[in-house]
Amino acid sequence: MPAKSRRLPIDHFKEGSVKNRSFSKHYLLMLLPGYLWLAIFSIVPMFGLVMAFQDYNPGQGVFHSDWVGFDNFKYLLSLSDAKSIFYNTVFISVMKILGNLLVPLVFALMLNEVRSRATKKVVQTVVYLPHFLSWVILAGILLDIFAYRGPFNHLMAFFHQKPILFFARADIFPGLVIGSDVWKEFGFNAVIYLAALTGINPSLYEAASIDGAGRFQQLRHVTLPGISTTIILLTVLSLGNVLNAGFDQIFNMYNPVVYSTGDIIDTWVYRSGLLNLQFSLATTAGMFKSIIGFGMITLSYYLADRFANYKIF
Amino acid sequence: MIQDKTLSSRIMDVVVLFFMVLATLLCFLPLWYTLCLSLSEKSAATAGLVSLWPVGFNFTSYKTIMGDTKFLNSFWISIQRVVLGSALNFVVIVLTAYPLSKSAKDFGPRNILMWILVFTMLFNGGLIPWYQTVRSLGLINNIWALVLGNSVPVFSVILVINFFRNLPKELEEAALVDGAGPWYLLMKIYIPLSVPVLATVTLFSIVYHWNEFFNGLVLMSKSDRYPLQTYIQQMVVNLNMGLMTEDQYKKMNVLSNQTLNAAKIFIAMIPVLLVYPFLQRYFITGITLGSVKE
Repeated sequence: MPAKSRRLPIDHFKEGSVKNRSFSKHYLLMLLPGYLWLAIFSIVPMFGLVMAFQDYNPGQGVFHSDWVGFDNFKYLLSLSDAKSIFYNTVFISVMKILGNLLVPLVFALMLNEVRSRATKKVVQTVVYLPHFLSWVILAGILLDIFAYRGPFNHLMAFFHQKPILFFARADIFPGLVIGSDVWKEFGFNAVIYLAALTGINPSLYEAASIDGAGRFQQLRHVTLPGISTTIILLTVLSLGNVLNAGFDQIFNMYNPVVYSTGDIIDTWVYRSGLLNLQFSLATTAGMFKSIIGFGMITLSYYLADRFANYKIF
Repeated sequence: MIQDKTLSSRIMDVVVLFFMVLATLLCFLPLWYTLCLSLSEKSAATAGLVSLWPVGFNFTSYKTIMGDTKFLNSFWISIQRVVLGSALNFVVIVLTAYPLSKSAKDFGPRNILMWILVFTMLFNGGLIPWYQTVRSLGLINNIWALVLGNSVPVFSVILVINFFRNLPKELEEAALVDGAGPWYLLMKIYIPLSVPVLATVTLFSIVYHWNEFFNGLVLMSKSDRYPLQTYIQQMVVNLNMGLMTEDQYKKMNVLSNQTLNAAKIFIAMIPVLLVYPFLQRYFITGITLGSVKE
């Protein structure tokens, strides 16, 4: 690229640097509202991270609170809950990542084998829908379905199972969270695989079938290699989500009975910061998450660029 | 494609169809069940008699909601939020994406500005500093806190930037020769040619602002300022959740007005269901076109 864009000085002159400069003024004017908004609601809060190194007192504000160095970090690590919260966060998010990579892949491969266009259309229309509904709505629906006298327990009664209080069982809760997240997103996550599948040259299938390949062999030797780049790309990009266990979902589904397996960093930050008003401690935990998250996303973008030639812009 | 009519291929067709029907039902039935519950008699719902058809069909729940001023008030706040938020997002997304779609050669600070934008997407100050910022601006209980709260939708801006960059350069060059300025170019050439991606990001804005509940919860201290999703979170979902023991949980399951709650949930879904056909038409094009780089 650099070699191509190098120009002779005379070219540059001809294109009219005067004109470009006057355009630049307009460009900056266009950017003003967006960057002002960004500055106030994204960049100013970043400076609030100094609270993590203070014993923040709302009455005194950021400028007059006492500095405590890394005391908040030390205290946080000494908390007995810290380990289980970190473990819950990583466990739930890693299982979600795996489920959200595999289930959509299998679903997309199967949908690709459906021959009737009308069937495809109906299936797609229905399975994309849960993605666009909020976790408030879906948690409300799940509460009804998994209620003590709800349809799921009714169904289980056919198999002679006793009814279960799903939302009050700490051992079941992570499974409920992971399963319902995969259920919500599998259709939508399949879109990218489906787009990659339509990109495969149809003549490859024809050639394979003339060579005597059955449908399984075509799947194995044409389809999978055809979308392998997409699979690698999505896997690498999902690295950035290792600490995102899904606040909206868990916040709407959990209760004190399942804190031991369901409490994650984000929900803990919310409760300790906004309910118990431990501003400094909550900021510290949030900062811990932001920094690791930033590192993971940067790494994932680097790997995606390196191995799949993917650039976000 | 050459049709394969062997036995194994037919078995495969049947198996695939079975799983497709299963996946479809898995996504459809929970929503259908909620509708049935909302149209059933309260006693039947409590006794767990409702399955896939309403028992004792009636509209009582919906009539009750139509007289519930708190619900209607929250609904109205959500409508205002969606209209203001989506309009503002549209203007800011277009105005931010256009200059940033230029090369650094045409617009010197482009790269540094782009990095700032991406950085804010990857790193944030976290909940507490953000809350303190909004608070210190005096936006608590103000609808603008909901509209502005989550800052610029950076992901949408990037989608539009990528779309703009893929438009043929010749169009702009021709207009430049005719003496067009940047505002004219944006309004008369870029925006009309970018309908698919602009429709996509606008639908994303609408769905985001309709679905978002958390800002409503922490930035609105009075319940009469809650948007609808926050109202439902507090009145329907949270009531089921703040329980300590299994006994309490069982009792709550029996006492809560399931049919009314189901009706509230269903009404809160309707706007998304209404925009969904348009959403579905555009989002695939929007996502794939927006993410293709030159």
